[in-house]
Amino acid sequence: MEEFTYTRPATADDATGAHSAAEDAMYMAGGQTLIPVLKQGLAMPTDVVDLNRVGDLAGIQVTGDAVTIGAMTRHAVVAASAEVKGAIPALTVLAGGIGDAQVRNRGTMGGSLANNDPSADYPSAVLGLGATVTTNQREIPADEFFDGMFATNLEDGELIKSVTYPIPEKAGYAKFPNPASRYALVGVFVAKTAGGVRVAVTGAGQDGVFRPAEVEAALSADFSAAALDGVTVPADDLMTDMHAAADYRAHLIVVMAKRAVNQANGQG
Amino acid sequence: MGFEGAMPEISLSINGAPVTGTVEGRTLLVEFIRETMKLTGTHTGCDTSQCGACTVHLDGKAVKSCTMLAVQADGAEVTTIEGLAPEGEMNPMQQAFNDHHGLQCGFCTPGMVMRAMALVADNPDPTEAEVRHGLEGNICRCTGYQNIVAAVLDGAKALRG
Ligand SMILES: Cc1cc2nc3c(=O)[nH]c(=O)nc-3n(C[C@H](O)[C@H](O)[C@H](O)COP(=O)(O)OP(=O)(O)OC[C@H]3O[C@@H](n4cnc5c(N)ncnc54)[C@H](O)[C@@H]3O)c2cc1C
Ligand code: FES
Ligand code: FES
Repeated sequence: MEEFTYTRPATADDATGAHSAAEDAMYMAGGQTLIPVLKQGLAMPTDVVDLNRVGDLAGIQVTGDAVTIGAMTRHAVVAASAEVKGAIPALTVLAGGIGDAQVRNRGTMGGSLANNDPSADYPSAVLGLGATVTTNQREIPADEFFDGMFATNLEDGELIKSVTYPIPEKAGYAKFPNPASRYALVGVFVAKTAGGVRVAVTGAGQDGVFRPAEVEAALSADFSAAALDGVTVPADDLMTDMHAAADYRAHLIVVMAKRAVNQANGQG
Repeated sequence: MGFEGAMPEISLSINGAPVTGTVEGRTLLVEFIRETMKLTGTHTGCDTSQCGACTVHLDGKAVKSCTMLAVQADGAEVTTIEGLAPEGEMNPMQQAFNDHHGLQCGFCTPGMVMRAMALVADNPDPTEAEVRHGLEGNICRCTGYQNIVAAVLDGAKALRG
């Protein structure tokens, strides 16, 4: 790993200040993506600004209509949260299935979203629930946050502070994990909200997380797994890699959507 | 803000003993444990944060010490495999791995045992499925996992007393 200057600010303002003062800085959250990236020399920042001691970035708040989760909240904390489970149980299912126990003890929601790995789990919850990402500069709606594989609309040095998830009528998340990495080969988040049905797919799209129109249409007419019988998703814009071909991923989207709907409906 | 210099000084506890040391920002926790502290029971099996051989406890939670900076453990309590048997007598989980032939080459074993101890601390009476889910971050090239799972279930039982 190349050398860098390490700073460990105590507040979000100090963190953004340290980032902008440095030549080429990167934030470090759980480090579960960034440290392997640094080891491989895929990033060589002059400065690492560690967010782990920033007090005001972690924590969970549940109000009548929304769950707000601080960027530095670890996956294990979300997975074990009785409050989140009471409001949006699908989020605890999602967080509890990320990677493995050790990764969940360090990895954070903010790091996962900033990284926007095309196979990461959290982007599907943000898009599926129509959440809002709050940064040090602005509020970004889910539909505008993601910008293709490993890309977001965050500007250089912009810091994610929290994400607010509106509480849906019901929601579910099912993924087919890559057996080696545990990342989603295909993951589907379904939500029945006051504004209609939203579905988000991760692990499959060439441009990262997306909303499958065919699945949303079928579930809007009837929010049941049976409504998805015979529904197909086009494979044209899906990924083909050594793990799975695009047509297999297209098939898995419908299978995972059915499982997610059953979970949302309390049927498995 | 601290640590403006290139060489942060850190203080932490390792296996109950206070330790101070000077590290670089980029020094990994596993490097500090193995190379500075000479505690070589913690292994490094990969470069990709996947194998879990480097698992230690950070304030009681299992983490991959290859995927943390040493400076991030400043002020923390770290336990390594050496900390489980301070008097040289194996603890019940280690004994269960021995009894059940839960290791062959033994390379993954320190990480497996540390992960198993954290799992049992959270969930003293896990089901087989919970043990398998709990060990997803620890890879073993030798055993096929059957005997590891049996060892963890039996170790959990012994620790319940
Ligand atoms: C073995 C293994 C298995 C995994 N399996 C899965 C899986 O199944 N599903 C899944 O979704 N993920 C998985 N992950 C990734 C894991 O969830 C990571 O924790 C996550 O992708 C990154 O979060 P982090 O907190 O570790 O961020 P870091 O690695 O610290 O940072 C990642 C990036 O985000 C930036 N960043 C971090 N926080 C902020 C912030 N608040 N504002 C702006 N930018 C920020 C950093 O600068 C960096 O570029 C896995 C990782 C490993 C090692
Ligand atoms: S050495 Fe493989 S996960 Fe740490
Ligand atoms: S016993 Fe050899 S890797 Fe597990």
